[in-house]
Amino acid sequence: MALLEVSNLEAFYGQTQVLRGLSFKLEEGSVTAILGANGAGKTTTLRAICGMVRTSGEVRFAGARIAARATESIVRYGIAHVPEGRGTFMRLSTEQNLKLGAYTRKDAAGVADDLERVYRYFPRLKERRNQQAGTLSGGEQQMLAVGRALMMRPKLMLLDEPSFGLAPLLTEELFRILGTISSERQVSMLVVEQNASLALAIADHAYLLETGRIVMSGRARDISRDETVRKAYLGY
Amino acid sequence: MDARSNAKTRELAALASGAKLSKSQLLGLALALLAALALPWLVSDYRNFQFTLAISYAMAVLGLNILIGYNGQFSLGHAAFYAIGAYTAAIMMEQGGIAYYWTIPVAGLVCLLAGFLFGLPALRLEGLYLALATFALSLATPQMLKYDAISRWTGGVQGVTITKPDPPFGLPISQDQWLYLFSLAVMLVLFVCAWNLLRGRTGRAIKAVRDNPIAASAMGVNTALYKSLTFGVSALYTGIAGALGAIAIQFVAPDTFNFFLSIAFLVGVVIGGLASIPGAVFGGLVIVFIPNFAEQVSKAAPWAIYGVVLILFMYFMPAGIWGFIRMLYARFTRKRGTEKATRALADREQPS
Amino acid sequence: MDLFLQQTSDGLAFGGIYACVALAVVMIYQATDHLNFAQGEMAMFSTYIAYSLLHHGVPYWWTFLLTMAISFIGGVLVERVIVRPVEGTTVLNEVIVFIGLLAIFNSLAGWIWDYTIKPFPSPFPDKAPFGITFIGPHDFGVIGVTLVVLAAVFLFFRFTPVGLAMRAAAQNPDSARLVGIRVGWMLALGWGLAAAIGSVAGMMVAPIVFLEPNMMMGILVYGFAGALLGGISNPVGAVAGGFMVGVLENWVGTYVPFVGSELKLTAALVLIVTVLVFRPSGLFGHVVVKRV
Repeated sequence: MALLEVSNLEAFYGQTQVLRGLSFKLEEGSVTAILGANGAGKTTTLRAICGMVRTSGEVRFAGARIAARATESIVRYGIAHVPEGRGTFMRLSTEQNLKLGAYTRKDAAGVADDLERVYRYFPRLKERRNQQAGTLSGGEQQMLAVGRALMMRPKLMLLDEPSFGLAPLLTEELFRILGTISSERQVSMLVVEQNASLALAIADHAYLLETGRIVMSGRARDISRDETVRKAYLGY
Repeated sequence: MDARSNAKTRELAALASGAKLSKSQLLGLALALLAALALPWLVSDYRNFQFTLAISYAMAVLGLNILIGYNGQFSLGHAAFYAIGAYTAAIMMEQGGIAYYWTIPVAGLVCLLAGFLFGLPALRLEGLYLALATFALSLATPQMLKYDAISRWTGGVQGVTITKPDPPFGLPISQDQWLYLFSLAVMLVLFVCAWNLLRGRTGRAIKAVRDNPIAASAMGVNTALYKSLTFGVSALYTGIAGALGAIAIQFVAPDTFNFFLSIAFLVGVVIGGLASIPGAVFGGLVIVFIPNFAEQVSKAAPWAIYGVVLILFMYFMPAGIWGFIRMLYARFTRKRGTEKATRALADREQPS
Repeated sequence: MDLFLQQTSDGLAFGGIYACVALAVVMIYQATDHLNFAQGEMAMFSTYIAYSLLHHGVPYWWTFLLTMAISFIGGVLVERVIVRPVEGTTVLNEVIVFIGLLAIFNSLAGWIWDYTIKPFPSPFPDKAPFGITFIGPHDFGVIGVTLVVLAAVFLFFRFTPVGLAMRAAAQNPDSARLVGIRVGWMLALGWGLAAAIGSVAGMMVAPIVFLEPNMMMGILVYGFAGALLGGISNPVGAVAGGFMVGVLENWVGTYVPFVGSELKLTAALVLIVTVLVFRPSGLFGHVVVKRV
């Protein structure tokens, strides 16, 4: 049984239909990339999984049906969403942001351990632990968002365009850390990215989305070698 | 794209943004105007008076709407400008012996200045803080009006009584009917001016300041100037409304221009329809007639009924009365539109 | 000098009440991200409930606790049932609902308990402790109670996970949901707590100004002013603001010549607004940095 199974997912913003019957699976322990141009519906897919938009169709997480539930119930199954725009709690401190990630957890010792671990992955956050999160730079806020997601000790992390607005070096560093987290912590990941080469570098599987439909799927390695994908999305 | 489809696109955009009126909208407007003109002969004198008051409040609501709906500022203090307009009219007519129709432009200009001056320090304040500052204005108004030193003109606590003007040219209508028609005329002029202002370049600048002040100033809009000017224009409308209201009621007294009047204007803006000119008309009607209705439902706790009505409006017409009407209209035309389109498609597909 | 001390301590006493209201205002602001000015009327209504309980023979401190509990539940219900439908819409729509609530509570109180002025007992003994004479026993008690409530609220928001969750839910409801916070219930909780604090303010003020449906209106204004003066994002600042407003009001009334008791409110507000023009986030408020 796959960790995440999506069947015939449709999603709507008001009257506009954005997803037109997506079906895919994500195996436990794997990193899956969703690629596509602007407006293809990548962000909507993640938001649909978390119950943040109006949907129809089925979503199963570890066998349980989560499609019709409220966001705050869905995430309690072990899904951490790093949203587009990072969703930082601007007026709270860095550390308070991280601690909020552990809101639903009851194991204080585990939370403390995870906090240290996050600071090891992202030393810059430790430097700024008591600073107001709104004053952090874009890259630091992205790290904060990932850190907050890690604090949930999730089984699945949804990452929405983690490279957005980040300088290239920082983005590489972030993706390297993501790869480390995935292997060290056994966290499955669903990464939505416009930057296809970065995503394909850490992914096992990939799906290509176009106007709300999956038009291609396969192993990341194969997709990155595919002629059409290379020309359209990788630029060579 | 050729010239014809370019023009067509511009036309559609103008219709959508309200800059131009469609044929059916013009028809609706004409009908409403006819009904309004016929009103004085269809209702009792007291109702006539109520509608005249509603016209006055509609102008005040439009003034506040320009500030809140189109410019994104806030005010709990517009009772002050209404009072200034009212007292200007009273003093000019009773102490100056000046004819009532001159009070309108003077009240407007005085309030334009007052609003602009108030708008200047208000630039530094936003949201809650602006609310508090304007609230202080509302509170200060009755107290300043009672101030001894100026009671020679303002009549102190007792206020000033105003003589109702007679219809001109010996027309065979009552004073109330004439006052209604006069107010209606003033309202129409003001509304057309507002429409022109808001759909042109100035209007776009005003709205830009509301939507994204940083972007607006980056594009060269002097946000400070526009914000203060908008305050002034908003006060101008409310001041003229105050003058007409005073003449209708024939009386000005300090305690009527208090915080609750400011709140009433705000209620009119939201329930009538934010950022809409027709909404102001409904706002004026709401201010006069909801308390009336509430009192008829319950003599013992009328304000409880008023509160319930307010809440119900917010549940069922969150975009205000005008927003609700527009939604109904859109649904109606969409249905007719799809029928037309389906027929057109079907016709085209018939082999000819 | 005696007059100065007397006026200052009177100011502090009223300031204690304003501080309590300011605290409730900040509490609801931190929990819901906007101001509810029906709070004064809700506090007044709670005080009437206390009045009824006392009249049925319930001893004072039991009445006090029971009223707080009833107010808490009432606040939760008001949020869940009446405010919730407009929560997703605009701020202005919520403001109209608050105005509606204000009208309803005020009118209902007058209808149920009538408009005659009623006395309300003070729980504090006849003499202030430590032989203090420049401040009356009730005033002293009010300040004490305010400080206790302040401490409790401060600790709650600063050190408890629920307090942090409430602030998060108010600031960024979407992100709060993503970490599993039940945002709707956080809002309800905020309203409940604010209603409970408001009821304390009502019960403290009623002995001084006597119980009648309009008793809280002026006080609410001062409470708001205090909260804004101190800085709406800062509970301690808001309380300091409340005390300052109380003292300021009294000084202005006593020492500025042409200001009698009528103009007191206006003059105090004008002063506060002037301060705000120079310090737009309040004296102790955090300046929120906006990144474009």
